[in-house]
Amino acid sequence: MLQIDDVRVRIPVKGGRWVEAVGGVTLAVGSGEIVGLVGESGCGKSTLGGAVMGLLPSGSQLSGQVLLDGRDLRGLTAEEYRQVRGNDIALVSQDPSASLDPTFAVGAQVAEAIRNHRDISRRAAREQAVELLRAVGIPDPAARYSDPPHRFSGGMKQRVVIAAALANDPSVLIADEPTTALDVTIQAQILHLLRDLTVRTGTGVLLITHDLGVVAQVCDRIAVMYAGQVVEQGTVRDVFADPLHPYTRALLDSQPAAHHRSGDLPVILGQVPDLTHPPAGCRFAARCARVHDRCTTAPPVVETQGGGRVACWLHDALPPVAQEVS
Amino acid sequence: MTALLDVRGLVVTFPAPGSGLRRKRVHALSGVDLTLGRGHTHGLVGESGSGKSTLARCVLGLQRPDDGSVLFDGTEIVGLRGSALRDIRRRIQPVFQDPLGSLDPRWTVGRSVRESLDAYGVGSPPDRERRVRELLDLVGLSPDHADRHPVQLSGGQRQRVGIAAALASGPDLIVADEPVSALDVSVQAQILNLMARLQRDLGVAFLFVSHDLSVVEHVSDEVSVMYLGKIVETADRADLFANPVHPYTRALLDAVPIPEPDARLVHVPLSGDIPSPIDPPSGCRFHPRCPLRVDSCSRERPALTPVGTLNSADHTPHLVACPVVLPARP
Amino acid sequence: MTAKSIPAGVTAVVRAFFWLPRSARAGVLILVVLVIVTLLAPLIAPHDPNAIDPTRVLAGPDLGHPFGADALGRDVFSRTVYALRTSLAIVFASVAVASLAALPLGTAAGYFGGWVDQVISRPLDMLLVLPALLLAITLIAIVGPGSIVAALAIALIYLPILARVQRAASLVVAHAGFVEGGRARGWSSFAVLRRHVVPNALGPLLVQAAILAGFAVQIEASLSFLGLGTQPPTPSLGLMLSEGRDVLTQAPWVEIFPGLAIAVIVLAFNLLGDGLRHRLDPQGMVS
Ligand SMILES: Nc1ncnc2c1ncn2[C@@H]1O[C@H](COP(=O)(O)OP(=O)(O)OP(=O)(O)O)[C@@H](O)[C@H]1O
Ligand SMILES: Nc1ncnc2c1ncn2[C@@H]1O[C@H](COP(=O)(O)OP(=O)(O)OP(=O)(O)O)[C@@H](O)[C@H]1O
Ligand code: SF4
Ligand SMILES: [Mg+2]
Ligand SMILES: [Mg+2]
Repeated sequence: MLQIDDVRVRIPVKGGRWVEAVGGVTLAVGSGEIVGLVGESGCGKSTLGGAVMGLLPSGSQLSGQVLLDGRDLRGLTAEEYRQVRGNDIALVSQDPSASLDPTFAVGAQVAEAIRNHRDISRRAAREQAVELLRAVGIPDPAARYSDPPHRFSGGMKQRVVIAAALANDPSVLIADEPTTALDVTIQAQILHLLRDLTVRTGTGVLLITHDLGVVAQVCDRIAVMYAGQVVEQGTVRDVFADPLHPYTRALLDSQPAAHHRSGDLPVILGQVPDLTHPPAGCRFAARCARVHDRCTTAPPVVETQGGGRVACWLHDALPPVAQEVS
Repeated sequence: MTALLDVRGLVVTFPAPGSGLRRKRVHALSGVDLTLGRGHTHGLVGESGSGKSTLARCVLGLQRPDDGSVLFDGTEIVGLRGSALRDIRRRIQPVFQDPLGSLDPRWTVGRSVRESLDAYGVGSPPDRERRVRELLDLVGLSPDHADRHPVQLSGGQRQRVGIAAALASGPDLIVADEPVSALDVSVQAQILNLMARLQRDLGVAFLFVSHDLSVVEHVSDEVSVMYLGKIVETADRADLFANPVHPYTRALLDAVPIPEPDARLVHVPLSGDIPSPIDPPSGCRFHPRCPLRVDSCSRERPALTPVGTLNSADHTPHLVACPVVLPARP
Repeated sequence: MTAKSIPAGVTAVVRAFFWLPRSARAGVLILVVLVIVTLLAPLIAPHDPNAIDPTRVLAGPDLGHPFGADALGRDVFSRTVYALRTSLAIVFASVAVASLAALPLGTAAGYFGGWVDQVISRPLDMLLVLPALLLAITLIAIVGPGSIVAALAIALIYLPILARVQRAASLVVAHAGFVEGGRARGWSSFAVLRRHVVPNALGPLLVQAAILAGFAVQIEASLSFLGLGTQPPTPSLGLMLSEGRDVLTQAPWVEIFPGLAIAVIVLAFNLLGDGLRHRLDPQGMVS
């Protein structure tokens, strides 16, 4: 369904330099599947989502392939992309305030998302919008329909953005940290809604999050990103039970839940590498507890027993992955 | 010992959309009480849209309540204006959720950190520069970060700048509205460690709003749980997490996702429509969704009542607004 | 203070110039040249723009009169240079007046919201739905025609548009964390407006003003064309256009050169507006 193949994104920054925000990512989201994408802040998760949506900062360079049902999205014209966006692929962006127009009623913005892609009357769109707002847990949606965004709490705005993204039953949904501003009961409701959608319409979801609890709850597979690259992916069960990459291990260990009230929380020491000059070799080497001399060259991507992949020299005995992605 | 912050009977309503004279109102806060001791951290959790940010803004003097009082160190904040308000604001500072949105993109980090020093005319310009460098150092940034713009910093660095700016005027209380929600786990841990250190060294008190219950459990001395404009339970941190009493608190704690694949989401923890703050349910506001409700729940408004025997002088009393669960505990 | 601030101001202008995309720089250069031409009009124009010469009625271009002569034998080149002066003055004045009025009104409406917004926005919205020219003609009918009235009429047409742009921009900024932060850090609402809201909300107003300035030349032309703008014999581009139309077949130069001047002004402002938009709008997406 959605197939991301060796995608690289370079974003221009001051002084004629480039940030390699995504450095060769291969990832697939199947029909009805929820794939969790986790990784440290700034590792390129949102940029990868932007690459799929055709929404990258101006001047960015994109290479590799983004296939939706076998069709390469990179060949689309701006107008064709606009048709695909919000209809076949939808995005719940990380910053809800930025994706809502501050001068329009929230309900009207959801209705507009519907009418952009479907030829239905204003009335019908309004009714559907109200239902969508109810589904994402906005209390009394008909009465709050014409409120502008700033009258909504942070979590309510986030839910409006989710409602707009779900408006047209997209076949792929990119949900960029969709529940960070929600309390856990409403978060559970939203996650339930997402899972319901995958079952009902076969939507594939790429769920970007930093909450491993959320991944464990709803995702089928997980992909762990570090400094622009996916260092490990596999089924949630396999990766949680036996994280192979040292970064995945460190990430699982730094969950606050595991260390209640016992002084300082553990942090992964060191800094994320500067993506204007990504290090040669394994990008995690500078912070890795198990770094050794081979790590100065890029590790091979190998296939794990459960059918996942990992890029780390500690596992080079495993077979390399075949070229084609499923 | 008087409390640093004492909120009593706070009521805030907003006009609901629509027009006309008999326009309905959104009941954001409906009689909220909260106490915070010096150098303590009070965690505030609760349903999204239950009024946590509104409460935080009232404490900061950014929102005028319809009714109720906010006593800060014995001074009534509600209704303060002009220089009196400015004087008190110096001692209560905010840290916001979105570290990028809370810094002016056109300003250098140094200027943002200096903002309150400039406002109050503290010291000479070179003094202020020196103070900025001290503050940056205090939050673990280097002096040359002062000349950068927010876009040139990572999320964690931006949040450190936000904290440095809040510390500049030497506040006694920092109101932090979801300060770590936008940060990944590792950066989040750094910021929480920083806040804990500042509290130890400077004795700052925090009103700490968060959705992440494990974070709240980590940082708080006391915790209050909000539901639809009311506080339904308040207790000492350990007490609240060990013995949650109110049905909503229990639902909330039950819904925390555990990072283990065997703990799949099977059911939505709370069923029923989320009630509207425009027409809040009668009686107990939680009753339409409460698994334990009895007939009287829709009629009688439960008041916060002490539970159990944990109630000693140096302990925060454990208060719960639910008569149904009360007799269950001796 | 001046000793230091002048060079600082100059470097700021130079930096702003090079911050613009290349096409917008071309727009700025064209405008600068046009402004210099109008400032030096007495030196550049070879003849008195209003001097009637019955011997040269509709005379074609030649070396001494590069743009030819009009129906009264006046030198079209000299008239174009002076007309440029009138028209640019009207454009700048109208857009400046509209922007200066829109800035406080739109900012207050967006920042304070509520009844302040209602009181400001309702009347402006009413202005906005009236047809632009009708508005201008009504004003002129009340006050009487002339360059200054034309400028005011254009400003009146632009005010609601610019105020609405400024309102929207301020509304976005007003709910940003750093604005509340500014108040919490001890600044008054007014100081926060000045320090945070206006600087961050100014971009869209600038873009819109630049684009509208291009149209202003055309509105001025239409008003003069209808005899409601600049009054003869003072030359303005629109007036010249209307004079030229009557003799278009015999002496096209009377029409062409002022027409070209209008086109150049419109082009320059559009280049500038587009460039500003490009630079100020971070939403410039696509790969
Ligand atoms: N418009 C831009 N200009 C320059 N650099 C950018 C831009 N957008 C992103 N980057 C850089 O690209 C990298 C990846 O950013 P991205 O937003 O994709 O990270 P992320 O994984 O989504 O992080 P977070 O968890 O904080 O949202 C970062 O180093 C960031 O600084
Ligand atoms: N300026 C406003 N105008 C109208 N209604 C408002 C305004 N600010 C808040 N509200 C309403 O008040 C209620 C409480 O909002 P508040 O922002 O305090 O919630 P919250 O507990 O912080 O939620 P979240 O966890 O989602 O941030 C919501 O129903 C919200 O829509
Ligand atoms: S008062 Fe009744 S409805 Fe409310 S929480 Fe208790 S049992 Fe549930
Ligand atoms: Mg992101
Ligand atoms: Mg909030």
